[in-house]
Amino acid sequence: MKWGVLQFPGSCDERDALNACQLAGGGGPGQARLVWHEETDLSGLDGIVVPGGFSYGDYLRAGAIARFSPAMTAVAEFAANGGPVLGICNGFQVLCESGLLPGALLTNERTRFICRQGDLIVGESDSPFLAGLEAGSTISIPFKHQSGRFFAPPELLEQIESRGQVAFRYAPGQNPNGSLNDIAGVTNEAGNVLGLMPHPEHAVEAFSGSTDGLAIFQGPALAGAAS
Amino acid sequence: MSEQSPHRENSDVQSPHRELGLTDHEFELICEKMGREPNGVELAMFSLLWSEHCAYKHSRKLLKNLPTEGPRVVMGPGENAGAVDIGNGYSVAFKVESHNHPSAVEPFQGAATGVGGILRDVIALGARPIALLDSLRFGEPDTERTHYLVDGVVRGIGHYGNSMGIPTVGGEIYFEPPYEQNPLVNAMCVGLARTDEMVRAAAAGAGNKVVLFGSLTGRDGIGGASVLASAELDEGDDAKRPTVQIGDPFEESKLLECCQELLAEDLLVSLQDLGAAGLTSSAGEMASAGGTGIDIDVGLVPLREADMEPFEIMVSESQERMLAVVEPSKVDAVLALCTKWQTASAVIGEVTDSGTFRILKNGETVGEIEVEDLVDGCPLYDLEPEEPAEWTYPNRETIAADAAVLNIPESDRAIAVAIDGNGRRVACDPFQGTVEATLECAANLATVGAEPLGVTNCLNFGNPEKPGVAWQLGRAVEGLAAACRALEAPVVGGNVSLYNETPQGPIYPTPVVGMVGELPDPTRVAGRPWQDGDAIALIGPFDPSLAGSELEKQRGQLSKGLPAHEIAPIKDAISLVRDAVRTGAVRTATDVSDGGVVTALAELAISSGIGCEAGLDPVIARRECDPEDALFGEGPGGFILAGDKAELEKLGGQGVDFELIGQVTGNEVIAAAGESRVEILVDEARAAFESLEERIESDQAGLTH
Repeated sequence: MKWGVLQFPGSCDERDALNACQLAGGGGPGQARLVWHEETDLSGLDGIVVPGGFSYGDYLRAGAIARFSPAMTAVAEFAANGGPVLGICNGFQVLCESGLLPGALLTNERTRFICRQGDLIVGESDSPFLAGLEAGSTISIPFKHQSGRFFAPPELLEQIESRGQVAFRYAPGQNPNGSLNDIAGVTNEAGNVLGLMPHPEHAVEAFSGSTDGLAIFQGPALAGAAS
Repeated sequence: MSEQSPHRENSDVQSPHRELGLTDHEFELICEKMGREPNGVELAMFSLLWSEHCAYKHSRKLLKNLPTEGPRVVMGPGENAGAVDIGNGYSVAFKVESHNHPSAVEPFQGAATGVGGILRDVIALGARPIALLDSLRFGEPDTERTHYLVDGVVRGIGHYGNSMGIPTVGGEIYFEPPYEQNPLVNAMCVGLARTDEMVRAAAAGAGNKVVLFGSLTGRDGIGGASVLASAELDEGDDAKRPTVQIGDPFEESKLLECCQELLAEDLLVSLQDLGAAGLTSSAGEMASAGGTGIDIDVGLVPLREADMEPFEIMVSESQERMLAVVEPSKVDAVLALCTKWQTASAVIGEVTDSGTFRILKNGETVGEIEVEDLVDGCPLYDLEPEEPAEWTYPNRETIAADAAVLNIPESDRAIAVAIDGNGRRVACDPFQGTVEATLECAANLATVGAEPLGVTNCLNFGNPEKPGVAWQLGRAVEGLAAACRALEAPVVGGNVSLYNETPQGPIYPTPVVGMVGELPDPTRVAGRPWQDGDAIALIGPFDPSLAGSELEKQRGQLSKGLPAHEIAPIKDAISLVRDAVRTGAVRTATDVSDGGVVTALAELAISSGIGCEAGLDPVIARRECDPEDALFGEGPGGFILAGDKAELEKLGGQGVDFELIGQVTGNEVIAAAGESRVEILVDEARAAFESLEERIESDQAGLTH
């Protein structure tokens, strides 16, 4: 499985994402490459990560400019063809702005940047990214953002819930930002696009205290092998 | 040159050079060197490069006494940052720098641009920043001003660091009344570089082009170095807010990637960031280091505001800019990479062999200064030190930290970083206090199994023209030199921040020491929570005294002088602990610091949730001290270790003082010494510890204490 990790001016977590993709595939630099924001050719790639950071400085609104980038146009097509797309933090915001995921990410309830290790409960979504995770189980990965409050109007929220699109919830008492229904990550209806605010790419090596994030990157290959 | 420091004149007649912070004497010297009076552009340039902030005119002579060489030093003082070799073709670059006065005037932007500036110093070497540490000092935690400053400073640091994706991995913060009006904001950056891609700042090669890239040049921060950084703070400093720069981390993020790519493709001869005094200092220092001349045409500088005067362009402190020297054949490739990273760039001048710094405007000369006069011509002043008969500082409280460990997969090893400096103890005894700060850094590194590689420092002091402050500064530098020599840890860079005074008086003299060390195995670090049943040992030549201690402070006292300690046995203790951590012989290790043994025990109990029972009578017997000293006394050279009793006992009899003092058990911290006994529930201790955080509302920047 070969991953492409988008790189915008202002991205900061693309290197960790690249590393996570490589580790997920058992190591080796051939398993992932950076995709410059002006690139439109995603051929040869089996999965896409839209990483964290501040794409184009997050001017106007987080993710609002990145959605218009040539690479995101290609990613939309890639997703429409069923390709797995993972958006982390700013990547989640970009995917929401692009309409590839439902809802929006607003400024944290306390309006401040937060940074801590926390627990997520795995949801029931039928997503390739969750293939290696059991619904209801807990994973520990870093939370690190200032605009991570998941919001959707009541009808849409109801739809997200009823269609099983909630991929991750903050563990009870750990909602760091005021997200509705403790939602930390959602998928699209088809399940092949996942966005989450916390950072699985920072939790893939034992040295950092948790390797729980790795399973998310390993999911699509597992799902592919099973199907 | 050696001469006495002329005090600032208080004449009614304001001449332009005085308004710019130059003394009459310095102005005369400039006229003498030039053979004429400088014009406006030249005067502005001199005023900045001859400011304390740029010229180090009251500290440079002292700094020559620091040890700066060692087998692992890749870059030392004089470069944008220091760097040490960590093997496998990689080096670690690091530096600590102050942004005190800007933060006093505008805490958010002051702190944010302080972080931006130190990041650029490391980026300019060709390194990728991987971690930040902070050393912060504020007034008492309950005042409105402290809340305002802490809120702004912590948000500013968090904002800039997070926007660049660089974690704050450690730091220290003290609250003491002398910092009430003049807070200290020192930021340290650690970066990783391929040694063969690193670049120096010296200009070279007449005919090579000078390329400015990054943000547009505007009117922000004009005169910051001379107006803010080189004079005491005064009433009405809010009016100086326009001299504080505004940070744009997005621009810096692009600059970082752009510089990395420029260096990976070997397109640059040299690279320098623009900091204090902007183009004047960067271009002047590049030429000075390379022994060249330089021409800069201000008409070619991309501007934010069209109608800027030549002097404004030359001294602007607009952030997020870099200056590079490029061979003519590579200019197009450099400009193309800047375009790729959406950052402005322009050829603004040329390296010459004239030895002259020439300022042009659209080809016409508007200023001409010998590089040597500008960069090295400033008189260096001898201090007039005098130990004060007595001194008084108002007094209060602290949090401290051990070392942070950073894994470096590229080099197959890990590094550890620590930052320390207890201004109160330095106020008691500038020599001994600075020795202790340096030893504490090494002790912190030892608790994670790391050995010192190099040192950076930021010397935060009051007005050096005052004899008492001059004495503190001189003694502190002697202490730093002595400790670094003993530890064989070269000083590879640093920063001096003077004039930290307000009408209420000077700050505590505060040398902040940053240290980088290496360790073979990042998974084998101690300092982790202890476990029920572990034995506890006190190790090292720790001779506790209440002088300069937290307890003394709580009582509103401040000693004059600290007990002197030999460095060699402390170094032995540090080595023994480091080796014990590396072999896995101990589970937990921390050094005894602020608040003495009881506080060290309480901190370990808080981090694990398990209490302890300790008896300090062996300490009283060995040191012939009072029970109070054993419980709360401070001093260098002490470690608390915990782990398997048999393993710990092996550390006895190795030439380093060793006492088993108790075991890990229960839900209370209990420490007994003679007739005195301290008992506190772990939960109570934690609540007290956390209450400080709530009081100052500073849990937001990812500061890990």
